Amino acid sequence: MPDGVAQQVIDFRPVGRMALMREFWAYFSENRGAVMGLCFFVAIIIIALFADFIAPHLPNEQYREAFLRPPFWQDGGSLEFPLGTDAVGRDMLSRLIYGARFSLFIGCVVVSIALVVGVVLGLVAGFFRGRIDTAIMRLMDIILAFPSLLLALVLVAILGPSLINAMIAIAIVQQPHYVRLTRAAVMGEMSKDYVTAARVIGVRRLRLMFVTILPNCMAPLIVQAALSFSTAILDAAALGFLGMGAQPPTPEWGTMLAEAREFILRAWWVVTLPGCAILLTVLAINLMGDGLRDALDPKLKRS
Amino acid sequence: MFIYVLKKIGVIIPTFLGVTLVAFIFIRLLPGDPVLLMAGERGMTEERHARMMAEFGFDKPILVQYGLYLNQLAHGDFGTSIITRKPVLQEFMTLFPATVELSLCAIILAVLLGLPAGMIAAVKRGSFFDHTVMTGALTGYSMPIFWWGLLLIIFFSGILGWTPVSGRISLLYYFEPVTGLMLVDSLLSGQDGAFWSAIRHLILPTVVLATIPLAVIARQTRSAMLEVLGEDYIRTARAKGLSPIRVTGLHALRNALIPVITVVGLQVGVLFAGAILTETIFSWPGIGKWMVDSIFRRDYPSVQGGLLLIAAIVMIVNLLVDLLYALINPRIRHTE
Repeated sequence: MPDGVAQQVIDFRPVGRMALMREFWAYFSENRGAVMGLCFFVAIIIIALFADFIAPHLPNEQYREAFLRPPFWQDGGSLEFPLGTDAVGRDMLSRLIYGARFSLFIGCVVVSIALVVGVVLGLVAGFFRGRIDTAIMRLMDIILAFPSLLLALVLVAILGPSLINAMIAIAIVQQPHYVRLTRAAVMGEMSKDYVTAARVIGVRRLRLMFVTILPNCMAPLIVQAALSFSTAILDAAALGFLGMGAQPPTPEWGTMLAEAREFILRAWWVVTLPGCAILLTVLAINLMGDGLRDALDPKLKRS
Repeated sequence: MFIYVLKKIGVIIPTFLGVTLVAFIFIRLLPGDPVLLMAGERGMTEERHARMMAEFGFDKPILVQYGLYLNQLAHGDFGTSIITRKPVLQEFMTLFPATVELSLCAIILAVLLGLPAGMIAAVKRGSFFDHTVMTGALTGYSMPIFWWGLLLIIFFSGILGWTPVSGRISLLYYFEPVTGLMLVDSLLSGQDGAFWSAIRHLILPTVVLATIPLAVIARQTRSAMLEVLGEDYIRTARAKGLSPIRVTGLHALRNALIPVITVVGLQVGVLFAGAILTETIFSWPGIGKWMVDSIFRRDYPSVQGGLLLIAAIVMIVNLLVDLLYALINPRIRHTE
């Protein structure tokens, strides 16, 4: 008999996970917008990964005979530069393709830093309560008292304008949201029977925090991660636009917009296209985030 | 209610002290000697350097410096700009009305459009209108507003020539500021066309700044309405035979408004962040542009003072929203 019980327990887990995944996918795929967002996002990942093969030109190569060429469908445009060239003769399409790399990179780095720091702080605050909790939450209140973009700007002013510093600044500004979410979820879980049971068996504190409790708090965190991925791209582009993010000639979309500002009335494509790229990417991620929330958050499932 | 107010203020004071600490540390975190940094590439003599160090109090122990800083703040001294040599508070106050005017117009526009749109979308759930509003709201929410501003300039100023590109009013008009709000001042001045000029300058920045709050308000109104419409008292109201307009417009809206008010209040921080970009694009002489310019000019006392003042304003508005929320929703102040 004991053998049989053990067998059952071992069998149960993968089946349970598969079933969970299947249920998740059933909810997620019901939402057409979310699936569209996912497809678009996957396409961008592929474009970013294979930029070297897809892009017709190098992103920073200047063609001195082709300044401000319009896209191919307009007079004076050619298929050599399908989306035209910018003021110093660089191919717009290639720069946009390489720009996808930067945006995805920014999103990944910012979310990773904010998520890890935020989850650890939130877990500590919610698990230990008391003074440590008060101290952490006050600190988060202070960060949240500043408008996020302003604080990021000032942080970059301290650290010096560059893409890396912009990402650090945005991560610092974003992590209070993770702390709050994690803390609230941990406090909800702490009173449940399985936590008490684990304590009674004598599970060590660290294991209790990270292995027993944390996995049950993941749903809101995943949703938040998707949303802050898109905010990170927007904020980094805004910092780039203000000259405080990636520096020229980096083909980052926000920085491209900043460089194109003086040509807005002469060459619409240098301004319009990088913005379109930002908007579509952010929109796709937000669509996906909405779908994730509906599929993962049972409280909101009904509406 | 009184105890609730005290509790809220009790939380805000330590947070505000923390904010002053951030503003205080900011100047000291800048790499290099703060005085040399402010001097820029001009450089300075040993003697002047020592005098400036003493003037800013950088030669004293750090805790004493913080104490002095708090003392200064208590006397309303937020530092002196090293570019214009004027007190930071004075500069802030001259520019602040421009940001207030822009933000107020933006939030009014966002509420006027977002509230009805969200309501109708909820009532006609699943309809074409609902899908359009929700798609529009998500697009607005995803919008890089600095680009959106440039697009509007290309179209309305460049192609159609309807609106000016920058500033608050045409240079043809000049009058002494009375309230600092251009719309009011231009009316008071009585000059022909001044008000119209002020409006034309205001339209595009307002639309740009309103975009994200509008999207957030529409989404929030819709989901709050959907929640309320499923409640029992709505069914009762319907069963009593009240007209649908009375049910949704009165019974449901009143309860749905509670979360919406909070969201509107929380937009203050968003508006400030948006003002930084909007004012930069439209050369709108407000706080946001001033902060960006100060950062680029390395006018660090202005950045420090502005940072503190903006945080204080955001905190005060959030406190007021909290109190308003407790006032209309007794459940909040009686829990805990």
